[in-house]
Order: sequence, then structure tokens, then C-alpha cells
Amino acid sequence: MPPEVVLAIFLLPFLSFVIISFIIRPLLSHRSQISGYVTIAAIGTSLLLSVLVLTEVISAEGHVLSMPDYEWLAIGDITIHIGVTVDSLSAVMLIVVTSVSLLVQIYSQGYMRGDPGYSRYFAFMSLFTGSMLGLVLADNLLFLFLFWEGVGLCSYLLIGFWFHKPEAARAAMKAFLVTRLGDFGFLAAILFLYTKTGTFDIGELQHLALAGAIGSTALTWAAIGIFSGAVGKSAQFPLHTWLPDAMEGPTPVSALIHAATMVAAGVYLVARMFPVFASSSEAITTVAIIGGFTAIFAASMGLVMNDIKRVLAYSTISQLGYMMLGLGAVGVAVASGAIPLEHGLALGVAVGIFHLFSHAFFKSLLFLGAGSVNHATGTFDIREMGGLRKAMPWTFGTFLIASLSLAGIWPLAGFWSKEGILAHAWESTPILFYLAMITVFMTAFYMFRVVFLTFGGEYRGQSQGSHGLHESPLVMIGPMVLLAILSVAAGWFPISEFLGGESHSFFGALAHPLAWASLVLAGGGILLAYAIYSRKWLSAESLRRAFAPLYTLFARKYWLDELYERVFVVRILIDGIFAALHWFDDHIVDGAVNGIAGGTVAVGRVVRKAETGQLQAYGLAIFIGILAIIACLFIFS
Amino acid sequence: MAIGLEHFLILSAILFSIGLYGALAKRNAVVILMSIEIMLNAVNIAMVAFWHYSAPMLMTGQIFVIFIMVVAAAEAAVGLALIIAIYRSRDTVDAEKFNLMKW
Repeated sequence: MPPEVVLAIFLLPFLSFVIISFIIRPLLSHRSQISGYVTIAAIGTSLLLSVLVLTEVISAEGHVLSMPDYEWLAIGDITIHIGVTVDSLSAVMLIVVTSVSLLVQIYSQGYMRGDPGYSRYFAFMSLFTGSMLGLVLADNLLFLFLFWEGVGLCSYLLIGFWFHKPEAARAAMKAFLVTRLGDFGFLAAILFLYTKTGTFDIGELQHLALAGAIGSTALTWAAIGIFSGAVGKSAQFPLHTWLPDAMEGPTPVSALIHAATMVAAGVYLVARMFPVFASSSEAITTVAIIGGFTAIFAASMGLVMNDIKRVLAYSTISQLGYMMLGLGAVGVAVASGAIPLEHGLALGVAVGIFHLFSHAFFKSLLFLGAGSVNHATGTFDIREMGGLRKAMPWTFGTFLIASLSLAGIWPLAGFWSKEGILAHAWESTPILFYLAMITVFMTAFYMFRVVFLTFGGEYRGQSQGSHGLHESPLVMIGPMVLLAILSVAAGWFPISEFLGGESHSFFGALAHPLAWASLVLAGGGILLAYAIYSRKWLSAESLRRAFAPLYTLFARKYWLDELYERVFVVRILIDGIFAALHWFDDHIVDGAVNGIAGGTVAVGRVVRKAETGQLQAYGLAIFIGILAIIACLFIFS
Repeated sequence: MAIGLEHFLILSAILFSIGLYGALAKRNAVVILMSIEIMLNAVNIAMVAFWHYSAPMLMTGQIFVIFIMVVAAAEAAVGLALIIAIYRSRDTVDAEKFNLMKW
């Protein structure tokens, strides 16, 4: 296959961005329908090419296609090569990104109809898709970082898409700044690895790490630096606070960027650099602990949110934690020698990315469902919904399928990928396994809390009256139905074997006691939600009072936002460091400048006394000077 | 005792020193002007002496000295005119009191 085909996959959406922003938007109209068609055509072509690449990779030996390297730039003796990696990992990511992106773009045709920024929206979405595809194809850390920042920029632009809303503008800035904290570590790690090895190439770095050519302490720090980038992008604890706020953006943006693709880039990065992580026991243990902790931590906050998109946002953080846990659990086993290296490296990637793959479909579907509900009711608050199953049967059906898939019910997609993670956590990190099992229960509970409150019971909202409730148009329902099919079937594809992991048989999975344990927990979560929110056997109000301290802790998000904003930003940064820097600037820097000027004036005030204006005094001075010069001549010559 | 170059130079040095003392130490502007003239003439004596003892065939030295005298006369005229102008406005020829430009 010619390499141009692979390049076209990520260059086409860029082309679409250029066409929309430089031709359609200025020359035709800011809300021209053509923008949407151009985007869909570009991304649709990318999807077809990705499928082509996937079939090639499947038939290729070792699932790797060799691609030419191009010299990008030469600075002195340093030449930086760029190129694309086409292996099973990037092929799977290409399929995820292009398929979800295409369906979200089609959905957006309906959701964004009539928005004054229609063309701008599709321009940003094209730019995002192109950057994301470039990110998964990059074979070089520098090149990857370029696209990494590109998707961060698009995230900022799209969260703040309705920038006239102050919350949206604020959320966009928050997302940008918080992820920047992580990116700082990532960039430092890239440069650090470069000074140690002299290369940015990911393949070479993997070989060097496995060969032990990088010192173990250096490797640990580099891996933790890279992981800090992933923590920021994938909204892991402690940098998770930006993702719930990012829900201020349009809902399809949340579905594509903040559920399926960009936030998964952190997981992809760890998977891509997995040999580096697996070579350092400390680094991979950090990944496992952060992932496992984030999974349960975010799920606990998802339990009490009343905004449907925020529940989904915490759910996304929690599921991303699962993916990290999956990578970490296998990595810990590899680092401790429990799993042989050559098998373990592929296995870890397979476990993590398989969940990324299935999660992309059901989570984007959940967001699109939330958007569809919002389309009808005009709110995201689940307290103002209810009874929508009658008015919106398609939305209800697809949302239910996605929720079941997320809860991990056999045989939907979420079951297969979650089982892999749980099984490996059980083997290598038992404590994190128990946390993950509790999270299974919480996941099922919070999702079905949303389902029963939104679709069950009677309509509670006042805003539009029940006669105004209507099903969304076909252009929105169509993509949702396709995603629902994928949410069911994504686990049936042999993604795990393709990535080098273990295979599973359709009914054989049920023979495993672990599967029953997690199914029972998920079922228990669903039943509890049913008992509280549908049957009202238990009063939600009295439960809230009984667990008041816990409820407050979850609802206030562990006061982390307050901690960050009031303590870190205001007390430590503004009152502390910035005030100290301000003092330094005022007193030391300005002081030096003003001091020099003041000193000059003071010296001048003294020295001007010598300038008497009396010519005779000057003459005397000249005379004495000449005498002195003559004396010197006589003495020294 | 034959009179040689060094005698002229010593005379010139004595005159120059007298003139320098007068220019630096006296307050009366007219005296200062006179002292400056003495210094100029001291230099003239040295110059004529050098001419006589080094290249008496050429007239250049003498002519140069005459030129200096002409310029000195013109300078004295301008200087006296300035002093008279200052005297008219300030009623003094004391150089230390000419301090209008000083702050």
C-alpha cells in the first residue's frame, strides 16, 4: 500500500478544516450546510482508508506495515525524522477515531442546526479529527507532542464554543491550563529522554528501554513525566477537575472529544510507550495505582451529580481509570516477572486498548443520548426530566443499551473489555481489584439512577410541557442506532487477539467465577437504583440524610475544586509565589534600575560642586594636571 | 658670557609663569586679560628664539610670530570689548561675580 494512503487519513480532515475556514466560512455563509457535508465527506473517506489500512495490517506479518521516514528538519547536527507508525495499535485507534467522529459529525448536523457558529463548529471538529489521527499515527515523540497539543487546542476551542457564556469560557480556560500542567511533565520527559538517548523515535526508545540502555532511575522519571501528560489529558486524579467543567461545550463535542477520543489519548500514550513503562516497576505501579484510585474516586462523585452530562463525565474519568488500571496491572505483572516479557507487552496494550475501543462506542452513545434528551427538554438536569421513554423511544432504547454495556452486562461490549481488566487486576494487584469491583457496583448504580430518573416515572419538568416532548430527527437517531449496534457488538470483534492479547469464547467467559462476581455486583447496582428511583421502596431523601457526610463529600467533589482554586491558586500561587515575585520585581529588579538612576543623581549632586563656573579654577586644574603629567614623564621615563 | 637659546627659554618660562599666575589668581578681568597677553608673548619669545637657533635662513618663524601678534591684538580688542559690555550691565569687572549662568 502506498504511504500516501496513510498520510491521507489524517491530512483529509485538515484539508476539510482549510476549506471550511478559508473558503466556505468567509465566502459563503457562517452557517452554511456545506461545511457539515465537507466534514462528513473528509472523515468518511478517512474511515474508508482506515478500514483499508486495517485489512492490510491484519494480513501483514507481525501486524506491522513499514512506512518511509521523512527528514523533517535539521538543526546543526540534529536531524529529526518524522513518519507514521502503522501497527495493530494505531490501526485500531484509527478505526475508533474515524468511526466515532463520522457518526458524531452526522449527529451534529441535527444538533447544531441553526447555530450561528455552524461553520466554525465543523471547522474545529475537522481540525480536531485531523490532529487526533495524526496523534495516533505519529512514530516520533516530538511529532506526537505536536498533535497532542493540537487536540488540546481543539478541546479548548470547542469547550469554549459558546464563548459568550462566561461558564463556557471559564471551563475552556480551566481545561487548557490544567492539562498544561501535565503536558509540562510530558515535554520535560521527551527532552530528558532525548538527552539520554539522542532520539525522539518511539520504536528506538522502546528498544533502548527494553535493552536496559537507559538507567533505571532515569527511565522511571521519564516514564512518570510521560504519565503526567497522560494524567492531564485523560483527566486522572489529581488533574481530573477540568473534565466535568468541560461539559459546557456542545454535547457532540463531549461525545467525541471528552468521551471517546481525546481523553483516551492519555491511555493511548501509555499503551504506545508501554515497553518504557513496563521496564520500570515504580512507574508502572504508579500507573496502576492512579488508574485504580481514579476509577473508584470518580465513580463516587458520579453517584450524586444531578446534571446528566456531569454523571457521564465522572463515568468517563472512572472508565479511563479502568483502562490505566488494565495497563498498569499487566505491566506490574510483567515488571515482576509473573508474565513473560514478549507476551506481556502485547497483552497489556490489548487489555487497556480493548476497553478504550468498547468504551468509545457506548460512552459517545450515552453523550449523544444526553444531547438528544436535551434537544427535547432543554435541560441537562435529571430532576427536571422523567417519563421520556414514551416520548423518545429510540433515545431510551439506545441509552439503555449503552448503560447496560457500561455496567458490564454479558454479552455487551463493556463486559468483555472490563473482564479482561478485572482478571488481570485480580492476578497482580488484589487491592486495586477490590476497588475496581466496588466501582463495578457504583457504575451500574449511577448509570441506572440516570436511566430511571430520565426515562422512568412521569415528566417532572415545566420548561416545555409534555406536549413539547418529541423524538429527535432521524439525522440524530441514525448515528445513535449505529453506535448502539457497536456498543453491543464491539466486544465480539477479536480486537484483543489482534492486539496480541488473549482470546475469549462467547459462552466460555461465563464459566469464569470472576465474571459472575462482577455480573452480580452490576446487577445489584441496577437493582438498588431500581428500588430507589423507580419503585421508591427506599426514599432517596432519607438515604441522603442517613449518609449526609458522605453525600456532602461526593456532591462537593471532595472539595478538590476549592482546594485547587482557593488554596493552590489563591493562597499559594497568588498570595505566595506571585506576591513574592511581584515583590522581587518591585524591589530587586525595579530597585536595581531605579537605584542606578538615583545613585547617578546623588553622585551628580555632589560632583556638581566641582563645577564652579570659574574659568580660573579650571585653568588652575589644567595647570596642575599638566604639571602632574610632566612629573610623571620625568619619573617614569 | 654668551647669550644662548636657554636664556631666551628661561625668560620665556618666567614670563609665562607670571602670566599664568596673573590669569589664575587675579580677580580683575582686565588684569586677567593682560596676563593672557603676557603668556602669548612668552610663547612668542620662545618661538623667535627657536627660529633663530634652528633655521635662521627661512623667514617662516618670524612671519608666524607676527601673525600671532596680530591675532593677539585682535583678541585683546574683542576681550576688552566684552569686559566693557559686562561692566556696563554688571557694574563690576570682578571675574568671580560673573556667575549668572551658574546654578
